[in-house]
Amino acid sequence: MRNIFLFIRRYFNFLFFLALQALSLYFLFRYNRFHEAAFMGVASEITGRINERYQTVTEYFKLKKANAELVRENVDLREKLRSNYQPADTLHTIVVDSIRVDSLFKYQKYHYMDAAVVGNFLTTQNNFMTIHRGADQGVKVDMAVIGPTGVVGRVVNVSANFSTVMTMLSRQFKVDAKLKNSGERGTISWDGISPQYVQMRNVPKNVKIARGDSVLTSELSSIFPANIMVGVVDTFQNDPSSNFYTLRLKSATNFSVVQYVYVVQNSQAAEQLQLESATKKTNE
Amino acid sequence: MSDLVKNIIRFMVFILVQVYVLHKIPPLHRFVVPYLYFLYIIWLPFNIGRGWLMVISFFFGLTLDYFLGFPGLHAAPCVLIAYVRPFLVNLLIRQEGAEQSYGSPSIHSMGWAPYFLLVLVLTILHHTYLVFLEWLTLGNDFWFFIGKIGVMTAISLLLILITELLFYRKERYRTNTA
Repeated sequence: MRNIFLFIRRYFNFLFFLALQALSLYFLFRYNRFHEAAFMGVASEITGRINERYQTVTEYFKLKKANAELVRENVDLREKLRSNYQPADTLHTIVVDSIRVDSLFKYQKYHYMDAAVVGNFLTTQNNFMTIHRGADQGVKVDMAVIGPTGVVGRVVNVSANFSTVMTMLSRQFKVDAKLKNSGERGTISWDGISPQYVQMRNVPKNVKIARGDSVLTSELSSIFPANIMVGVVDTFQNDPSSNFYTLRLKSATNFSVVQYVYVVQNSQAAEQLQLESATKKTNE
Repeated sequence: MSDLVKNIIRFMVFILVQVYVLHKIPPLHRFVVPYLYFLYIIWLPFNIGRGWLMVISFFFGLTLDYFLGFPGLHAAPCVLIAYVRPFLVNLLIRQEGAEQSYGSPSIHSMGWAPYFLLVLVLTILHHTYLVFLEWLTLGNDFWFFIGKIGVMTAISLLLILITELLFYRKERYRTNTA
């Protein structure tokens, strides 16, 4: 017993070094597996506040571009107003096959909440964004985050007033997407090279693809609403050893200027998840 | 200013500069990530015990991690260089008893060549471990590994050189008198 104590005392520094290494690696790998950071709730309250201070300064430099994006989004939405569509032939009427919106409330699947971006990084391999809306304001983990022009990311950690979002520019982010023309599906991921481009994998080679084709989120994604813009096809690699294309998409969201985002709550997500996990259990 | 206050201020300044200046630089290439923050660990005084040195470095790295949203990634390399620093200082120190006569490692207390060697070795160690962890968790090709370490080391050394020239720390020779 005495020898053990002597050993510990002699190699205290080395053992202490190993212990601290183990602790940091535990943080790291736990995060990799579950995407939940230790003490992130407390930490992001503090970092969020400092980020917010910084953001009040840098906000002004990006305001012009952010406004341009918001106006473009408004134009898109205005184009969809029913009063815009009037055929010249008055006998020909457009019949809208739906009920009034206020009676549809209970069927609303996706709820949108606005949030201001307070912190945003592009230089690392796993890029995160801090938004000023947290658990107290109704944000939960695994909600989708979209910007005025397209997909932004997914909520990974929430504290009382802030949440961290894993952006599409993160090596661990994946979302199911489809080509707008053919409806063929693939998986979106990022290769870590350029913050302007993301990759779409597993698109079969029989699909006709052209440069500039739009890619939207698919109906299979459980957190993102369908038909949200992901990007446009920039180039595609024809790898002869595989039956699939890897497309390089120009991301629809400009991550360096995004200022306001929408947090999307899927009100039927819990039900779907429960059903799916129950099914998985019966199959095992 | 006492050493404690000076180092607490340095702690905050290094973190803020790393997060809000160096990490806000628009990405040029995926290899280019300017790191300067670990200079704080090199600048810590000689007379801190090795255990405390590691504890301070751990929290220093962890603070940066929480700002960047990926805990553990910078804490581990920081603990590594804090563990290695005393060995290197003992090997590289120029004259007998310089650790007692001077406050902390600097060009003035160690001389150009040994100080540069200390910075070089710790930079390479830090970056190698950091990129290795990134490589483990994310999985890249081998050229990513080598290239990123090389480019990041070059940029860090340049930044450290600029910092040393701008903020020249003239260490006072400590004596028992007065």
